[in-house]
Amino acid sequence: MQLQNKRPESLLDVKMHYCPGCGHGTIHRVIAEVMDELGIRGRTIGVVPVGCSVFADAYFNCDMIQGPHGRGPAEATGIKRAKPETIVFSYQGDGDLASIGMAEIVHAAIRSENITVVFVNNAIYGMTGGQMAPTTLIGQKATTCPEGRTAKQAGYPIKMCELLATIDGATYLERTTVHNVPGVIKTKTALRKAFQNQIDGKGFSMVEILSMCPTNWGTRLDNPSEATKFIAESMLPVFPLGIYKGQQKTN
Amino acid sequence: MAEKKLMKGNEALAEGAVRAGCRFFAGYPITPQNEIPEYMSWRLPQVGGTFVQSESEVSAINMVYGAAATGVRCMTSSSSPGISLKQEGISYCAGADLPSLVVNVMRGGPGLGNIAGAQGDYWQATRGGGHGDYRTFVMAPSSVSEMANFPDKCFEVAFKYRVPAMILADGLIGQMMEPVDFTRPEIDLRTIPEPAWALGVNNGREKRMIKSLYINEGCLEKTVIERVKRYKQIEESEVLYEEKMLEDAELALVAYGISARVSVAAMKLARAKGIKVGLFRPITLWPYPKKRLLELSDRIKKFLAVEMNLGQMVDDVRLSLNGAAEVYLHSKPGGSLISAEEVCATIESVVKKGAKEYAAAK
Repeated sequence: MQLQNKRPESLLDVKMHYCPGCGHGTIHRVIAEVMDELGIRGRTIGVVPVGCSVFADAYFNCDMIQGPHGRGPAEATGIKRAKPETIVFSYQGDGDLASIGMAEIVHAAIRSENITVVFVNNAIYGMTGGQMAPTTLIGQKATTCPEGRTAKQAGYPIKMCELLATIDGATYLERTTVHNVPGVIKTKTALRKAFQNQIDGKGFSMVEILSMCPTNWGTRLDNPSEATKFIAESMLPVFPLGIYKGQQKTN
Repeated sequence: MAEKKLMKGNEALAEGAVRAGCRFFAGYPITPQNEIPEYMSWRLPQVGGTFVQSESEVSAINMVYGAAATGVRCMTSSSSPGISLKQEGISYCAGADLPSLVVNVMRGGPGLGNIAGAQGDYWQATRGGGHGDYRTFVMAPSSVSEMANFPDKCFEVAFKYRVPAMILADGLIGQMMEPVDFTRPEIDLRTIPEPAWALGVNNGREKRMIKSLYINEGCLEKTVIERVKRYKQIEESEVLYEEKMLEDAELALVAYGISARVSVAAMKLARAKGIKVGLFRPITLWPYPKKRLLELSDRIKKFLAVEMNLGQMVDDVRLSLNGAAEVYLHSKPGGSLISAEEVCATIESVVKKGAKEYAAAK
């Protein structure tokens, strides 16, 4: 038998803590494959957020740093400016990036910081137990909107790619998904481009990835297709896939 | 050879930081410290460093947090309201053991307060300020020369013990001009090895992690206790203070920063009236020179704290003396300058009338 596939060198052989059906594991794997393929593991520094993926610093096989909630783009700015020879990525969830860290992400884009941002959008606060996120859909239930989000009470879900696309400094913005295989493959292509841009010194790149959170969505853990169906049927109409900056929109 | 220059306090501090090896600065405009980011914006590029005007104070301290993680000497500066915003990041620097320098050119508070020099952030600076159990090494300059030379000491301590350091200045010291002696030699960064914990290009070594999250039971406790050992070393080795005319003093003024300048003038006025007054000036506010203060109480039985706030450092005077001597306070909040005459009047009432009369007069 010939070895067909193996764990990327950029991902450590440790047990992840993520729930069944969660998208983080897949996204970690894809990032690690890209790091391997681009040969940048030895000079990459990853910034992890506050939220479920705070523990990702133990999973990637490169230098890693934790910091305060939402400040990843500021930390990444400090690291990249102090050590321009490194490759810096900030891994952030929707509460982290689009709520408490809104100023940091917007201004990192405005300055066109030469960093790569991986934005995991699952429309919910995961680690704290399912509160309403800035990307929670209208009608979607959360522990702080138990009857479902209403625009009157909580406004509308924020569309980060569309928002950042108005900024001159944003070099590359794409929204992808990991709820199906073609989506995972496209996510990898997008991440590869986002890292390549940084290697080429092209400035701010962000890939927004729609991802599953069965635990806090209340979809069945023993039937992951309920969660993937939520992305396909409920999230995609609100968060259309495609390239928002960097080349013609192709969704 | 020491080089003498006429400089503004804030500019002297910025130049001193560059000479001390600072190569990364992030900051946000706020009066009365604007000369620091302005100076850094042109000076740092001259030495291959980086200046970033951040979108907020919060972002500035987090940029410093990121830069510090790479082992670079880095700093941010602000004034009171901005320092409140930075507390989150200072706590994270402490929790992740990242050496960094935060400069607070204090103004009147609370709230937006005013833009005059004040000393109302003593508690914030010396009691932690942000959340959690931690300490910050704090130095209080009382001259433009000290503004110029303290960054070097702060970086030295910050890197030796892996702690955030703070320079607690005030709007008056920041804005005044004086001749400056750069007494400490300019750092040659090539002679300083990269710290063994710094993130960067790994050249095949094991991965490194900078973190402050220790979720498993007992792990955080262990980490904090390990850190406290370094705090104890700082308390033993890094205390700095200055004494003036305490040899024959019956009363010691205790003051730092701009209040110490006023106190020197008050001391001279009182001496001219035949009252034997001296000055004890804490230079490090944490660690506070409590041992020395207690030693002095063997002979001096009256201590008068002079502060431009409601009375904050006076707590440390009382804690240091622990009842061994009488402690009095002359203070003024709201960014109003204390005059030497006022302090002298208080000295007279404390010395001549004694404790009960002084209390009644108040």
